[in-house]
Amino acid sequence: MTRTVVIGVGNALRGDDAAGLRVARLLAGRGIERVHESSGETFALMELWNGADAVLLADAMRSGAEPGVVSRFDASDEPLPAAFRNCSTHAFGVAEAVELARSLGNLPPRVIVFGVEGVSFEHGAPLSAEAAAGAENAADRILEELG
Amino acid sequence: MTTDPSATPPRNTRTIKVDYLARVEGEGAMHLSVRDGRVDDVRLKIFEPPRFFEAFMRGRHFREAPDITARICGICPVAYQMSSCHAMESAAGVRVTGQLRELRRLLYCGEWIESHGLHVFMLHAPDFLGYPSAIEMAKDHREVVEMGLKLKKIGNDIGNVLGGREIHPVNVKVGGFYKVPSKRDFAQLAEDLKWAADAAEKTIRWTAELPFPDFEQDYELVSLSHPDEYPMNEGRLVSNCGLDIAIAEYEEHFQEEHVPYTNALQSVHLGHGAYFVGPMARFALNFEKLTPRCRAVAREVGLEASCRNPFRGIIVRSVELLYACEEALRILAQYEPPEASSVEVDASGGTGSGCTEAPRGLLYHRYSVDENGDIAEAKIVPPTSQNQKTIENDLRRLVPDFLHLDDEGLQWQCEQAIRNYDPCISCATHFLKIHREDAPA
Repeated sequence: MTRTVVIGVGNALRGDDAAGLRVARLLAGRGIERVHESSGETFALMELWNGADAVLLADAMRSGAEPGVVSRFDASDEPLPAAFRNCSTHAFGVAEAVELARSLGNLPPRVIVFGVEGVSFEHGAPLSAEAAAGAENAADRILEELG
Repeated sequence: MTTDPSATPPRNTRTIKVDYLARVEGEGAMHLSVRDGRVDDVRLKIFEPPRFFEAFMRGRHFREAPDITARICGICPVAYQMSSCHAMESAAGVRVTGQLRELRRLLYCGEWIESHGLHVFMLHAPDFLGYPSAIEMAKDHREVVEMGLKLKKIGNDIGNVLGGREIHPVNVKVGGFYKVPSKRDFAQLAEDLKWAADAAEKTIRWTAELPFPDFEQDYELVSLSHPDEYPMNEGRLVSNCGLDIAIAEYEEHFQEEHVPYTNALQSVHLGHGAYFVGPMARFALNFEKLTPRCRAVAREVGLEASCRNPFRGIIVRSVELLYACEEALRILAQYEPPEASSVEVDASGGTGSGCTEAPRGLLYHRYSVDENGDIAEAKIVPPTSQNQKTIENDLRRLVPDFLHLDDEGLQWQCEQAIRNYDPCISCATHFLKIHREDAPA
């Protein structure tokens, strides 16, 4: 049986950075199992997907697209775009987790990342209406992906 | 890294930009002036999110200090919690002793293991081996990187069991803990830590084989010193230049200065100047307090307390990794859950200071608390601002030897030298923006 792990990445205190967490909550609310919320810290992510056959991950991104737009990336064989590199003062992010796991040979064979384009990443800001709609959209697409 | 083609710099000036990554929160820049082939000026600029913490602590209840200040740093929240708790307990005239004190030390061991594990394997080792990041290093040194990840995870696990969660522990309070673990909660950890101690010993031997530049310097090293133990939470402040003061006297001897080119404050030892805090200082000033195994392995690889080459700090951090594993094992072996998870502390109307050893060095807190128990004044001096002047001095001495390098090579050397100090900006694989001005002879 295929073991798929679903992960929503984000920071609840940084505006649209919470979009991935919203996706995880929406999916958990729809009865999906093995849904995790994560801060996106590289090593915690690698633990979450360790041993899985597939990982479906949702995260906010800032690529210059229209707010709320959901983009799908297949990172199974190639790196994620730079918009997923989360470089805070002492943390690595999603893109680094994927590449480090790939280097170590323990990246799940199938890695699909849904990016929700955010507008505002201010401290303490709520999720914008656009990113909230994007999160709904991303949750639907993950459900489709799960089949 | 790119040379910006859109800018039209003066003829003898070259500006190098490091491509920015999305969502960068901490970054640094270095300004370098060269005249007649000699380094004229080095200014290190560290952009920190402005440290509003001292201001917004005012008016908050003293019991909130550990949870609020833990948010200053995602990698060393325990240090902030411990320094704030000790300061509040000092304001109240209360000492936390026995098993509660041991548990605090255990939590600190977890943070050292996690932080040193991250720095040694993921941040600093790639510099020495010529890899742009741990990701590339992992392709050729898979076993080493896996060992580092496992070590770091065991540090995290201590935080999970005792702190309530990995990052920003929620179980710490002024006076102790909200809940203390049972002996059974620690069973798995004890097994894992035995493996971790062996892995840390291997790490010492592995880092000792890395190529080190010849860069012995004369530093004033400052750390806590305790009569019975390697310092973490308590002691006097000592240095190799004769300093020996109580924590409460800190501000009479050390002062933060604002320099115009950086928004991080730089700390100086009054009458002395720049000083050096962190693993190398602790190691040099407290070598005899390490475990026999730590001392023996350090000596075996040629690392003595007299070491003054900051690049060899990666070996010192590895020795502290072993120490933290052994100390955690000692605490677990003697652990009996205390009857109460905390002692009563009322800091109202008091002023107190606390200083503990964060993984990257001394972290000083002082608070004045009003009669209602609300914080009237807060002062926080993190390790990075204490080391910043010393980092600049190192760069000033180091750069002349590397002026022949191209910009990328120079950036690499400087980043490695800065990372010797594990500053709170070092995580980004490449965090430096170098402005090189070559004035005509």
